[in-house]
Amino acid sequence: MSETMQTHPLVIGEVGPGCKKVDPIVVADNVTRTFGGLKAVDVVHVEIPRNAITALIGPNGAGKTTFFNLLTGFDKPNTGTWSFEGHSLARVPAFRVARKGMVRTFQLTKSLGRLSVLQNMLLGATKQPGENIFTALIKPLWRGREQDITAKAEDLLDRFKLLEKSSDYAASLSGGQRKLLEMARALMSDPVLIMLDEPMAGVNPALTQSLLGHVKQLKADGMSVLFVEHDMHMVRHISDWVIVMAEGRVVAEGPPDQVMNDPAVIDAYLGAHHDTDLGEMTGTIPVAAAPETATATATVPTETTAAETEREVEK
Amino acid sequence: MDWGQIFNSAAGELLSPVTAAYALAAIGIGVHFGYAGLLNFGQAGFMAIGAYAFVIPTLLFDFPLWAALLSSVFASILFAFLLGIPTLRLRADYLAIVTIASAEIVRYVVMTTGLTAITGGASGLSGFNSTFTALNPFADGSYGFGPWVFTANQLWVRVFGWSLVVLASILVFLLMRSPWGRVVKGIREDEDAVRSLGKNVYAYKMQALILGGVFGSLAGVIYVLPRSVQPTNYATTLTFFIWTMLLLGGAATILGPIVGAMIFAVLLTLSDGLIRGLISANIITFISSTQAGQVRFMIIGAVLMLLVIFRPQGIFGNKKELSFNV
Repeated sequence: MSETMQTHPLVIGEVGPGCKKVDPIVVADNVTRTFGGLKAVDVVHVEIPRNAITALIGPNGAGKTTFFNLLTGFDKPNTGTWSFEGHSLARVPAFRVARKGMVRTFQLTKSLGRLSVLQNMLLGATKQPGENIFTALIKPLWRGREQDITAKAEDLLDRFKLLEKSSDYAASLSGGQRKLLEMARALMSDPVLIMLDEPMAGVNPALTQSLLGHVKQLKADGMSVLFVEHDMHMVRHISDWVIVMAEGRVVAEGPPDQVMNDPAVIDAYLGAHHDTDLGEMTGTIPVAAAPETATATATVPTETTAAETEREVEK
Repeated sequence: MDWGQIFNSAAGELLSPVTAAYALAAIGIGVHFGYAGLLNFGQAGFMAIGAYAFVIPTLLFDFPLWAALLSSVFASILFAFLLGIPTLRLRADYLAIVTIASAEIVRYVVMTTGLTAITGGASGLSGFNSTFTALNPFADGSYGFGPWVFTANQLWVRVFGWSLVVLASILVFLLMRSPWGRVVKGIREDEDAVRSLGKNVYAYKMQALILGGVFGSLAGVIYVLPRSVQPTNYATTLTFFIWTMLLLGGAATILGPIVGAMIFAVLLTLSDGLIRGLISANIITFISSTQAGQVRFMIIGAVLMLLVIFRPQGIFGNKKELSFNV
């Protein structure tokens, strides 16, 4: 990133695009995906560190979600190999990828609307013998497992503050609650690596804070997290590592402060004014502070802006 | 015009083997569409496959009843694989196109003159009912009351048909309350989400397609047992009748397809009888009695549209659980 050698505890050798990690959970090589003439993804080498929160950022159309789809088997690359915990995942179908412990969520939330919240959760569980069409007919064969996973689901729903909704249809949840449900559902299978595609998109600031807490908790529980995000506050606050993509390639990576202060990354991929609040830029907009949102937003974001200002001062 | 006769024959339809066949076929597409979200517009094809795979071995190779039934089930499983392998990886719409086309292919193949020796061509097949009537456990005589008075053979075919309907309903009930049913319903909602949770979506869709197809083929058997096989019966109208019955009763329900089939069959006979009756009594003068048969289908078409607009969940359906946008 600069002339002086930079090191980091997650990395062997120098920090930079495609650098080697001490303990990588995902290693991808020469992964390319073209759509007609457009090379949407062209990743030469990238490693995702284990038991860390890694953010994948970049401008729209940088290939982040496509790369996500490729890693999880939802799309097929033109070339390339990648491995998860040392096992190759190239040409492995999506459902097998999930079974290996690499579970994803979607940018456009995919809650199963006409199933109850609890049924959504139970669907995330693994090793339910009743999912076989023949054992399904004999309830005693799957009742035990059903009780276990129901207890687990209720536990998780409690943690995500959805327990009182458990018998409601998922379609009746708000957008933010669906995001929570999708994340909770992914946790039913005890994944090793959880991949969140824009977990904060369309979530109100109060819920953002609770989502942030949940993501941090995942790491504390021993999981690795890879997420795509546009919300720079989130990236800054919770990620241990940031990978920047642009035009399909990995153009920078490093710890968040370092990456985000790289002038090239800021200007080219985050926009020159990424750190400026739009309100501040254009002067005061009295309409923006609507009374009902003011209470919800006021507490959290002011804290974060204050923290950032402090940090800027330290540097 | 004998009005009593009109109502009697309409009521008789309630328990007729044709109604049982409709109900079973509707349970089949209930599994496809109501639970798994698969758009099968070729249920008539499954019924034709079932009927011919039952009748041909009986006539040509003297298959006993159980073997002929197995042959029918086996043929529909093969047909489901044939349809499912290329299309189930694609979006639901593709299955719809392929099923509607292949049902027509089946009908044209059995009507081919080159195959007359086997399929009977356009005139169909008959004289295969002896293996079934030979197993009739009921003594000769007349059974029942009111509009439901049957001979021993009529009773036997009804008992057999409706038993299959009840067994199929129990099977669907057991499956849909199980985790298997949960996965299948999840696929109906969003198959990518279910895939991301580690379920082999393709295998589940194939299982659902086979299950509903087997019900369709057995419905085809019940359909032909009391009479002969007529290839013209298996046109797309049959498929859409069955869809109407399913939607009338409620797509993702256990009783919906059965009650829907009963109501539809009774209405079909009743409306025909009433229109003809009104024409012969000179109350309706602007249509001829030959047009009456067409008019009732217009009415049924309008009813289906009203149903879909105002009560998409059917009679038994829960509006919240099943609106139309699967």
